[in-house]
Amino acid sequence: MTERIRLAHGGGGTLMQQLIDREFRCLYADPALLLHDAAVLALPHGRLAFTTDSYVVQPLEFAGGDIGTLAVCGTANDLAMVGARPLHLSLGLILEEGLELVLLRRVIASLAASARACGVTIVTGDTKVVERGKGDGIFINTSGLGLLEAPEPIGPAAIRAGDQLLVSGDLGRHGVAILAARHGLKLQPPLASDCAPLWPLVEQLLAAGVRLHALRDLTRGGLASALQELSSAAGLELLVEERAIPVAEPVARCCELLGFEPLHLANEGRCVLVVPAADRQAALALLEPLGGAWIGAVGEPGQRVLLRTAFGSERLLVPLSGELLPRIC
Amino acid sequence: MVKREPQAVIADALADADGVAGAVAELAAELARITTRPWTLMEVCGGQTHAIVRWGLDQLLPPGMRLLHGPGCPVCVTPAASLDAALALARRPEVILCSYGDMLRVPGSAAAGGEDLLGVRAAGGDVRLLTSPLQALDLARRHPQRQVVFLAVGFETTAPATALLVRQAVALGLSNLTLLLAHVRVVPAMAAILADSEHQVQGFLAAGHVAAVMGTAELQQLVDRWRVPVVVSGFEPLELLRGVWACVRQLEAGEAQLNNAYPAAVRRGGNRDAQELLATVFQPQDQCWRGLGVIAGGGLALRPAYQHLDARQRFGLVLDSPGAEAPEVCIAGAILRGVARPSACPAFGSSCTPDHPLGAPMVSSEGACAAYYRYRR
Repeated sequence: MTERIRLAHGGGGTLMQQLIDREFRCLYADPALLLHDAAVLALPHGRLAFTTDSYVVQPLEFAGGDIGTLAVCGTANDLAMVGARPLHLSLGLILEEGLELVLLRRVIASLAASARACGVTIVTGDTKVVERGKGDGIFINTSGLGLLEAPEPIGPAAIRAGDQLLVSGDLGRHGVAILAARHGLKLQPPLASDCAPLWPLVEQLLAAGVRLHALRDLTRGGLASALQELSSAAGLELLVEERAIPVAEPVARCCELLGFEPLHLANEGRCVLVVPAADRQAALALLEPLGGAWIGAVGEPGQRVLLRTAFGSERLLVPLSGELLPRIC
Repeated sequence: MVKREPQAVIADALADADGVAGAVAELAAELARITTRPWTLMEVCGGQTHAIVRWGLDQLLPPGMRLLHGPGCPVCVTPAASLDAALALARRPEVILCSYGDMLRVPGSAAAGGEDLLGVRAAGGDVRLLTSPLQALDLARRHPQRQVVFLAVGFETTAPATALLVRQAVALGLSNLTLLLAHVRVVPAMAAILADSEHQVQGFLAAGHVAAVMGTAELQQLVDRWRVPVVVSGFEPLELLRGVWACVRQLEAGEAQLNNAYPAAVRRGGNRDAQELLATVFQPQDQCWRGLGVIAGGGLALRPAYQHLDARQRFGLVLDSPGAEAPEVCIAGAILRGVARPSACPAFGSSCTPDHPLGAPMVSSEGACAAYYRYRR
């Protein structure tokens, strides 16, 4: 008989204790933490970054990752985007009655592996079970603590005219992997999500002395939405060269078939970087081996993103509106 | 058939992007050289409009030359009455209403509340997104106690797949699958535009994919009847510019002929299998196009042998006449007929946006207003 999550797994009694002991122990670097109501942390001296995010992806598993990979990388990446080394995560799980235990085990294994890859420890957690039909298999919330290592604040306020725009890798793989899984599209070859930790890259950039004026991870809404947010927050126009933006051929082909704009697709292991012109080469030396590239520059005061096409014409690059739906023809 | 959009040019030519850009620049220069008058052309298909605006191709044309954006967005022109019927069916507990992705956010008539299918789904209706009509067969087989209704839209490009669904449904003897049919035919709409005394179209870039299915005979009739140059065109920047160039060359020479500037996909006879399938299952009928009104022969109806699969019949739906579909401020009809541009509309970008569309060309990403909103504001 298939083992499944039951309401009693969240009831606080023996079944819940069993679940924690048997399934969740591997998540904790220090299993003694499982015995207390709260984690007591000895933090390094300095400024801390704190963030939270919730994860509700369908399907729960997709090429290149699952909801567990997302829940760790997503929150760790948010910390990296302010120049903070990710240290600790909390893990809140909301499970739906009837969830297959083998699936939960795979997600827990992903959570543990991703935590190791991101260099974070999971220090506190909570599990609830909701009735069948009132959840979507698994919902996850993670909060993260990180230690600021950037010498100067990273954010839109630091952006200056003449700064250069770079991306850390090719765009849209995660979005295509999810849409393919969701709509039953059989892509050949299959495309895997780009879900990955970003802190190792940020750490290298900081070590190389690159002045990071702004960073933004390119999650939902893709590059187009992230650039528009940066432009609005900084009050400066951004100018982007379409031909310089890296999009892998299978992603471009999938977009072409379904009518998607690759720059609207979600990524989970990519960021846009804003650096002073003098630091462009030093940053590219680290980015290019990862598939990253220079894509444009910061212009005059304004609140829009202009894109120059391959043919020298110009158009606006606007954020995604509504939800991505495959078109008819 | 695979639609090739401009991204593919870049994808194809990652190693040769300069080659494509160079060819585009050369063709633009050649176009400028042969052009002596400010010609006005219309690209018929929404995919072409989208590509032109996305790539800023109109910025590469000789001064004074205008591209009018035609009515070739099947999502946009699906009549509000059909949408209202779909919305009403989707609210019924026994119905699974399915359609293509971009139909789900098209609002019904203002009189019926202007809701879309995603709104009905949020309120508890069972609305499913399909990427192929044949998925409706699976749904019908897996849910024998429910009524599966497929809202079938599109030009002659998607109609053959609907015809295949009809044949399969009959072969399998499925009794719980019906169609809410809103297929449209593109050439009658081109004829209707030419019959309008206000029209400004001096030449057409015809929709390459429709021609790939239907062949070029009906376009030739249009050329003969109206003495207007028609050039079958593709969807990539270079293909579109080739179409413009071929059209202008005719106009400058005082000719009116049919050219095929998309030979990679379009043969004179078209796709005979698809045509046969269409002819077996459907017959032309006069049909209302949203924003344009009734177009003679502008739609497809099920032949009598298949009428038991008509959702209107199965559920006893009475379709109201279209009436006032859009608020008065909206100039959708003028835009779809090519006599006005989206930027001329007072509601454009203010009270009318893709999130809150007032009229047909704003509802689908391939409508002219949506393309302008996305790339031009």
